[in-house]
Amino acid sequence: MSMIIDRRLNDRNKNASNRQRFIRRYKAQLRRSVADIVADRSITDMSRGGEVGIPVKDISEPKFRVGRGGDREMVHPGNKEFTTGDRIAKPPSGGGGGSGSGEGQGEEGQDNFMFTLSKEEFMNLFFDDLELPRLARNVLGDSKQFTYRRAGYTPSGVPANLSVPRSLQNAMARRIALRAPLNRELAELKAGAGSAEDIAALEKRIERIPFLDEYDLRFRHRVKEPKPISRAVMFCLMDVSASMSEQKKDLAKRFFTLLYLFLSRKYEHVELVFIRHTSNAEEVDEHAFFHDPQTGGTVVMSALNLMIEILEDRYSPSQWNIYGAQVSDGDAFGSDPQRSAMRLSKDILPQCRYFAYVEIPDSTSSITPLAAAYSQIRDTAFAMSTVMDRGDVYPVLRELFQKETA
Amino acid sequence: MRSLKDSVLSRGGDWDFELLQRYDKEIGIIAKEFGLDTYPNQIEVIASEQMLDAYASVGLPISYAHWSYGKEFIQNEEAYRRGQRGLAYELVINSDPCIAYLMEDNSMPMQALVIAHACYGHNSFFKGNYLFRQWTSADAIVDYMVFARKYIFECEQRYGEDRVEETLDACHALMDHGVDRFHRPSPLSAEDELQRQHEREEHAWKQYDDIWRTLPHKRDDGANVKKKKRIFPPEPQENLLYFIEKYSPTLEPWQREIVRIVRKLAQYFYPQGLTKVMNEGWATFWHYTLLNSMYDRGLVDDGFMFEILQSHTNVVMQPGFDHPGYSGINPYALGFAMMRDIRRICEEPDDEDREWFPDIVDKDWRDVLDFAMRNYKDESFIAQYLSPKLIREFHLFAIADAHKADHLRVEAIHNEEGYREVRRLLSKQYNRDVLVPDIQIVRYEHMGDRSLVLRYNRLRERPLTDDATEVLKHLSRLWGFKVTMEVFEEGKGVVDKTEVSPA
Repeated sequence: MSMIIDRRLNDRNKNASNRQRFIRRYKAQLRRSVADIVADRSITDMSRGGEVGIPVKDISEPKFRVGRGGDREMVHPGNKEFTTGDRIAKPPSGGGGGSGSGEGQGEEGQDNFMFTLSKEEFMNLFFDDLELPRLARNVLGDSKQFTYRRAGYTPSGVPANLSVPRSLQNAMARRIALRAPLNRELAELKAGAGSAEDIAALEKRIERIPFLDEYDLRFRHRVKEPKPISRAVMFCLMDVSASMSEQKKDLAKRFFTLLYLFLSRKYEHVELVFIRHTSNAEEVDEHAFFHDPQTGGTVVMSALNLMIEILEDRYSPSQWNIYGAQVSDGDAFGSDPQRSAMRLSKDILPQCRYFAYVEIPDSTSSITPLAAAYSQIRDTAFAMSTVMDRGDVYPVLRELFQKETA
Repeated sequence: MRSLKDSVLSRGGDWDFELLQRYDKEIGIIAKEFGLDTYPNQIEVIASEQMLDAYASVGLPISYAHWSYGKEFIQNEEAYRRGQRGLAYELVINSDPCIAYLMEDNSMPMQALVIAHACYGHNSFFKGNYLFRQWTSADAIVDYMVFARKYIFECEQRYGEDRVEETLDACHALMDHGVDRFHRPSPLSAEDELQRQHEREEHAWKQYDDIWRTLPHKRDDGANVKKKKRIFPPEPQENLLYFIEKYSPTLEPWQREIVRIVRKLAQYFYPQGLTKVMNEGWATFWHYTLLNSMYDRGLVDDGFMFEILQSHTNVVMQPGFDHPGYSGINPYALGFAMMRDIRRICEEPDDEDREWFPDIVDKDWRDVLDFAMRNYKDESFIAQYLSPKLIREFHLFAIADAHKADHLRVEAIHNEEGYREVRRLLSKQYNRDVLVPDIQIVRYEHMGDRSLVLRYNRLRERPLTDDATEVLKHLSRLWGFKVTMEVFEEGKGVVDKTEVSPA
């Protein structure tokens, strides 16, 4: 008799660890793929999985195998017209001539091993790229954040949550309640002429009432609640004058993405406003923001003015959490940097929860006018940093993360 | 629910566990009547994701962790998700009890097909065929894999994932060369294995005495050296993994154990590669025969049979060489056709059969098939039983591909002069040496630089693929010293040499 077993409820993810090992082994290649995806994906779209490829030859496992060449015979089915002694032109190598291992030839043309990374795997590689510390990863990795709220008491729970006063209170109540009728009976027996035996038995019974019983126990009850819904708006300001190269914009994109990811974990609803500026500022969509080439001078002030205008118009600080992020190569002329710094610290920062300025200069040797002016700003909501490399992106936001995770 | 007239077990595609049980019982009864001898069955119903999991661990219910299984898994999952590839309806494991996986999405007829195919077809093949009997220990494999998984996990904890992975990678590269082809290995037992491994470590530990280190080394005089300088190993050794496990000068005990685990695994899979045509042919023949007898007995209805036959026909389809879907000879098609043909020769022989197979005509087909199943592998099975009729039916033809010639030559076709040649060449095609090159260890310079010399016995100038150097690197990593491979060809001597030193 055969045994039939339903295994459908067993673990379905036996290979998760093997998959992780595979990804770990090919991290370098995968990071390259992820970088490509990051480059042409929208910021709001970043926290999704993605399809990546690894060159097939990188992942093949070597074995001793007999290759093409030498003399051999092969037997094939389906002969229609050939007869012994016929000569057939050799098919071009790689074609259907077929060696003993007929299978797998079709796959030779495909030079990439393509597969889909899950959201978590993708984000991890993305964070690796930015050298994001573990703590920040956890903040970003959680798709939902919950808080625990106390919600009275419950009769079951783990010992750590035992509420001693409550349990003893219950115990006392139970003891009193159970004893009362027995005590009354005892008093009656003692008053009347109850036999000594009965009295002794009753006293014993009273004694047997336990001091603490299992159903006296009460545990502190906690319920998991999602964090309150709130909304935030993130202003992305970027200098798009000719000196901002593609590579600089790519860095900027990573910076904006990181901030966006952070905000979208924290707030239920995050809106993005893209303001680009040369000598005057305009609000654009994301694609234009990152990809449209522009020419012209640089007036930082124009962007800040536009930001204030939009703020007043659409995002009242009483209803929105406001975040700002500015990226520039630091070039500014005349009185513009000083006036911008003033404008920022006077009119914008008081309304902002956080404003980060990232500078991507051509070289680190000299201080740019804008950095010089901004460095005068003393405000806890303001952070600035110079970024030359991807690894530098995170430190700009470090304070923000630290503050929020503390 | 069954009325007296109506003996049909079920109608339609739905199945439940009670029905599976009933079908299994009926199929089991018929199988017994045909004399199929099987291990007890353990039928496990699983979901499609679980099938993907089972694929990845090379068909074993449990295996140690390694990235290559992750790769395999991702590959299958992607292909399945994109609809490029369907999933197998079943997977069966050579174990005692014989574990067969059934997919939950199969319809009732498909489940019955799978039960007949796997639980009675493959199962009886595993139990009966001489290669499986000699090279695998069906009753111990699952326990052994549990042991292996645990052992490798512990190694990872102790020595780090990277070192374990490096060792495993190297072993996997040499896996095909970890089999004793000519003598029967000792049976597996996880318990003994653990015990033995423990004892070996214990012994080394007990024997260790720091004082030996302080003894002055004995000076070798010339005569002594001469006497010791013998070639080692005395006979060429084809089981590379075994040799490494026993003689590697540098491996640590846990690494030897890992080599051993991979070697045991290789040995377990060794018969499967040699009996693909027979094994699949046998199972297909039996699901076809068993289900047809069910139909004859009125246990299943027409709808059931239509579904079975449709699936069966797809399985045994053999596209011609010029068909875009052609990828070599389909083992199901060839195996099934040969099994059926043997039955035909026994039952209704014609003159040709009497001439070609005088010893099996008019015999009981069950005995003849059973004998063939037990005592042959693909190579010998084809050489023995491929009939001219099948060569005609398959339109088989042989072509010669000589690397010096600029044309392929048709050597033989399905005609009177060609039958024997086609049969000989097809049989040779299933020789393991065609796919797995013959590589042996010929010298270990244990008195010299400790290098290892391998010899590739090249056949008719067939070269190795470029991978070979990579494999040699793995080998030298395991060995710890220089590894040389000579390419040797009969009549020409050593024609090429590759040397690899450990990094």
